[in-house]
Amino acid sequence: MRAIATRVAWSLGLLLAVIVLNFTLIQLAPGDAAVVLAGESGAGDPEVLEQIREEYGLNDPFINQLGSYVGKVATGDLGESFFFNQPVTELISARIWPTVLLVGTALIFAIIVGIGVGVYTARRPESGSSHALTVLALVGFSMPVFFTGLQLVILFSSVLGWTPVQGMRDVRFEGNWLQSQLDVAVHLILPAFSLALLYLAQYSRLSRASMLEVLQSDFVRTARAKGLSEQVVVYKHALRNAVIPVVTVAGLQFGSLLSGALVVETVFNWPGLGRLAFDAVLRRDAPVLLGVLFMSAVLVLIVNLLTDVVYRLIDPRIRVGGSSA
Amino acid sequence: MTDLVIDSGEMNAAPTREAWRMFVRNKAAVGGLIILIGVILMTYLGPLFYDQDPTRIVARPIQGPGTEDAPLLGTDYLGRDVLAGVINGGSTTLRVAAVAALLIAFIGMTIGALAGFYGGWVDNLLMRFTEIFQVLPALLFSMVVVALFDPTPTTISIAIGIVLWPQLARLTRAEFLRLKNLEFVKAERAIGATDRHIMFKVILPNAFPPLIVAFTLVMGSAILFEAYLAFLGLGDPNELSWGLMIGLNRPTFLTSWWTITFPGLAIFLTVLSLSLIGDGIQDAYNPKLRGR
Repeated sequence: MRAIATRVAWSLGLLLAVIVLNFTLIQLAPGDAAVVLAGESGAGDPEVLEQIREEYGLNDPFINQLGSYVGKVATGDLGESFFFNQPVTELISARIWPTVLLVGTALIFAIIVGIGVGVYTARRPESGSSHALTVLALVGFSMPVFFTGLQLVILFSSVLGWTPVQGMRDVRFEGNWLQSQLDVAVHLILPAFSLALLYLAQYSRLSRASMLEVLQSDFVRTARAKGLSEQVVVYKHALRNAVIPVVTVAGLQFGSLLSGALVVETVFNWPGLGRLAFDAVLRRDAPVLLGVLFMSAVLVLIVNLLTDVVYRLIDPRIRVGGSSA
Repeated sequence: MTDLVIDSGEMNAAPTREAWRMFVRNKAAVGGLIILIGVILMTYLGPLFYDQDPTRIVARPIQGPGTEDAPLLGTDYLGRDVLAGVINGGSTTLRVAAVAALLIAFIGMTIGALAGFYGGWVDNLLMRFTEIFQVLPALLFSMVVVALFDPTPTTISIAIGIVLWPQLARLTRAEFLRLKNLEFVKAERAIGATDRHIMFKVILPNAFPPLIVAFTLVMGSAILFEAYLAFLGLGDPNELSWGLMIGLNRPTFLTSWWTITFPGLAIFLTVLSLSLIGDGIQDAYNPKLRGR
């Protein structure tokens, strides 16, 4: 429990550092925020610019601006979008669930299928499926995710006509609650699958490697020697150990999963955080950018904490030992 | 002093030769090397043999590969030659990725070496600093950097370089922690070698095998990142690259699969070749890991 409390405290410190870094970066950028703001309202004369600078506190020293931004974030206020004239928190809360849905589905799919394939091939180390897996892992890593996505669209949407090309819902959709959930699920298949493909083969390789090691270890030999069935040995004793490295890597890679989601959301026009960030980049909408960067960091930290908790559930040694290395 | 350096050099030569022998026996790794050489030859010698301007309109738009009067790999939505694009698009991608990878190696290895070698508060501080970059989604951060500054190849390399180094830093640190208390390092210390000499002339060369493997993977990631940025429209619009081709042709790809497939394959093969080479080096230096 204390270990987790320390982790939370450290995470908050990390978040503060992230805010400072992002804020500094955006301040360093050439160009005048007042011009961007004025551009949106279609005016550009010096008096108006000066008024905007005054209003948004752009004339204050950097450290004051940073301080007031951090203060606002601490109270849950991420500022207002230059473009939408809407609080950033509102924009983000509308977009965060599609991203969580996409990333979560892809992650769970990649972990479950990855471990399944890993365990299967570990029990037949020299089989063709084992070698095919090694090749697939390399292909999965080397394929640009937008390329995978676009090829899947060509195959499943254009040629076969099974799945929608893009979006999260059918524009002309009508129906009850359940049908609308199904509609989202159908739209989710291709984006989630293209994202999962990036990691699936990698996870199965990892779980295969640790499974191979565990299956040769003493405690597995003991379990076999006392006459337990092969099913019990593999799924009850060994599997736990095959899961640990996958959970570790999946937790560590969550940031890169979000990066992948950014591309996938663009390919499939998925209305998530990635699209929001992308549009904000093009419009130089600094408050939204800062907000999305901040929220992504929060997501990554939450997942890291969850990984820690999952560890403790899987591996009793960590639970007893208190802190993990 | 000098004698010792020469000695360790001679000791390194034999394992390197042995590793090379293992490497060339590995079919996948040799295949990767051949693909990579092929890509480099296509990129730098291709324009001499296939002298077509990739930006010029040469035929009717959206002609598939093999259509009469169209170039070999067809034309895009404006009627530009796809093959010329694939041949000429590589140089930007490779250059941006190579510069980014060098930057990553420099930042990652310096921070990792300092943290691992000195330990204590230096290690603590540097690793916490590394964590900040691990919490930020890398692609989003590079996107912001490119968008805020100019999208020149240099900016793009920097934007990729400053987000992808943490993994290399962690690996370098781990290697330094492993090596710094071994006998040969202690011996150097005993004869009064400077910290800098021990870090970069003694420990670093011994940490090279895993670092080179990691470097090939980083190079692959840098290529993918360049492609992602270009695809998202944040590449240099004046510098044709494979990612840019896919990004530009995305609106019409459902009616012209070849316009995105061939540049996509080029990216895929390049990254794949680097991974294969990395795996080959890993196996060559560590035969125990074979087949894992």
